[in-house]
Amino acid sequence: MALTPVITEHWDDPELYTLEGYRRYGGYRALESALKQDPDALIATVKDSGLRGRGGAGFPTGLKWSFVPQNDGKEHYLVVNGDESEPGACKDIPIMLANPHALIEGVVITSYAIRAKRAFIYIRGEVPAAIRRVANAVREAREAGLVGDNILGSGVDVDVVVHAGAGAYICGEETALLDSLEGLRGQPRLKPPFPAVAGLYASPTVINNIETICNIPYIIDRGVDWFRQFGTEKSPGFKVFAVSGHVNRPGIYEAPLGITMRELLDYAGGMRDGRPVKFWLPGGSSVPMLTADHLDIPMTYEDMAAAGTMMGTGTPMIFDDTVSVVKAVTRWLEFYKHESCGKCTPCREGTYWITGTLEKFQDGHGTAAEVDTLVQLCGQIMGRSFCALGDAAATPYPAALKYFREEFEAATTTSADEQFDPVASYVFAGAVAR
Amino acid sequence: MEETTTMAISDTTLDELRELAGRYPQARSALLPMLHVVQSEQGEVTPEGIAACAGVLGISAAEATAVATFYTMYKRKPVGKHHIGVCTNTLCGLLGGDAVYEAVNERLGGVGHNEPTDDGQFWLERIECQAACTHAPVMTVDWEYMDDVTPSGAVDIIDRLERGEQVQSTRGPVIRDFQATEHSLAFPDDGLAGAGTQVDAKMLVGLNVAKERGMSAPGIPSATPAESGQEG
Repeated sequence: MALTPVITEHWDDPELYTLEGYRRYGGYRALESALKQDPDALIATVKDSGLRGRGGAGFPTGLKWSFVPQNDGKEHYLVVNGDESEPGACKDIPIMLANPHALIEGVVITSYAIRAKRAFIYIRGEVPAAIRRVANAVREAREAGLVGDNILGSGVDVDVVVHAGAGAYICGEETALLDSLEGLRGQPRLKPPFPAVAGLYASPTVINNIETICNIPYIIDRGVDWFRQFGTEKSPGFKVFAVSGHVNRPGIYEAPLGITMRELLDYAGGMRDGRPVKFWLPGGSSVPMLTADHLDIPMTYEDMAAAGTMMGTGTPMIFDDTVSVVKAVTRWLEFYKHESCGKCTPCREGTYWITGTLEKFQDGHGTAAEVDTLVQLCGQIMGRSFCALGDAAATPYPAALKYFREEFEAATTTSADEQFDPVASYVFAGAVAR
Repeated sequence: MEETTTMAISDTTLDELRELAGRYPQARSALLPMLHVVQSEQGEVTPEGIAACAGVLGISAAEATAVATFYTMYKRKPVGKHHIGVCTNTLCGLLGGDAVYEAVNERLGGVGHNEPTDDGQFWLERIECQAACTHAPVMTVDWEYMDDVTPSGAVDIIDRLERGEQVQSTRGPVIRDFQATEHSLAFPDDGLAGAGTQVDAKMLVGLNVAKERGMSAPGIPSATPAESGQEG
């Protein structure tokens, strides 16, 4: 399957981040067209396109928009999730650095469609470069009458605020993000009520991922039929894939949904030194890992689910045979333990228990009984917390055990570093000779 | 608590706090950027900084403290001139971030995670995924990207910072200092949006492969040939 640069098509123009640069390629043409349409027609177009959320869950975007009660006399809000913090996910930050005006154009169109006069772009605080670029784009758009009051003389008002987070993975969860944006600790809310009914300030709110919003101008400008040429019936469109790990050319590859990992791997120049794929994750540490046996499965929401994993953020991490799966999984659990917000007991306590047990394995001190009790422990956490962080923390170990049981069993006597020399997995030159 | 007058929040900062509070439909939404601003003035989030934020918002200091202590970017002792982050999450760590962290830690006298050096120059932190896995192993200086680092390269960056030399972020501006970055988080229109190279080779690798192999996205169906040939 061929690569199809759309969002990334003009990234090699160093001025694309400016309004002038973006307009060279038809920028804000979709907004002009959108403002002449009825908001409901825009929602229908996005529904018909079949666009699914690119933040991880893959929920149909147009459907999400349609859940906002219309003509209810309340303020509506659009909140864009730029808290990209999922281990392995690194596609929203590049989009914001390279093509911030596509985001702003999408924000204004979406706000108009859902009848929101205010939009917030919540960007994780640890990436000032992205925050700066998006804020710059908002300022340019405001000065050009593309953001603010009476946009392009249409009578439509949309104000956009760029908001910096302060370091908390949990704020990528949509309801925790809302609490954070309200100036609170970022902790998830119980659903229902869903944000479409009671979101920011208890008002109807749509929360979409950065990449999702960046699809909107292209769909409005080029149409549903054009968009549906890419991908499959259930997973239409294209995806900004960020390929990382032990590949020769890690980086950004934009392709239709349905491309396989083997094809992406080929574009990425194959595995370093021709080494075999040991395991890979289609989209972040929260989705179950796969192996070299799964390289030919189309990367769609439905095919990934059928393979027992998830599309997630669509940012594959690929590890070669120098890597200890025990160490990889332990490190992810240390992350979830650190990032658990503490609200729900199964997640707060469970992440401590899983991590502590895995650290014993990492040190070569696990017990044979714990290989299986750890599966039960994960089962006790799964589905028992407000948000998906607990589920995510319960995912890596059972997935790894399915394919690499012998490695965990060996870790009852032999540490991860004894099983696999850590230096061998380093990517810089001379690492082995250290 | 020891009474101190040197840590008072300046009038300029108080004006900025009020400006931030006015940016949102409900003022409390400004609390995160406000905490970044007081941290930018003082190099840490102090009780005085928290009280200033709480005062502007009309909430209790306890409420503001609960927020300040939840988020990892707010530090409760002086960070010093530069914040150094080394990603040791799975991908970066296993691809060499662990060795980078060890080298930097050793260079900084074994200061350890989330601690400042005695001379007030550096703060070291093992950071979580920085959304730059394609550029692993990743380090940050004052939260600006230093992509694709090696242990010796990371130590060299510390050396140059210590000598006061100019250090360019791989995808961002010339490094300023921690407090300057904190201010930019609340007021990001700092004139640096175009500084440095922000779209690098790894962000363009797929586009370049597509061009080499003559690949592009399909045109608009049923469009006239003239239209479909048009660029954007």
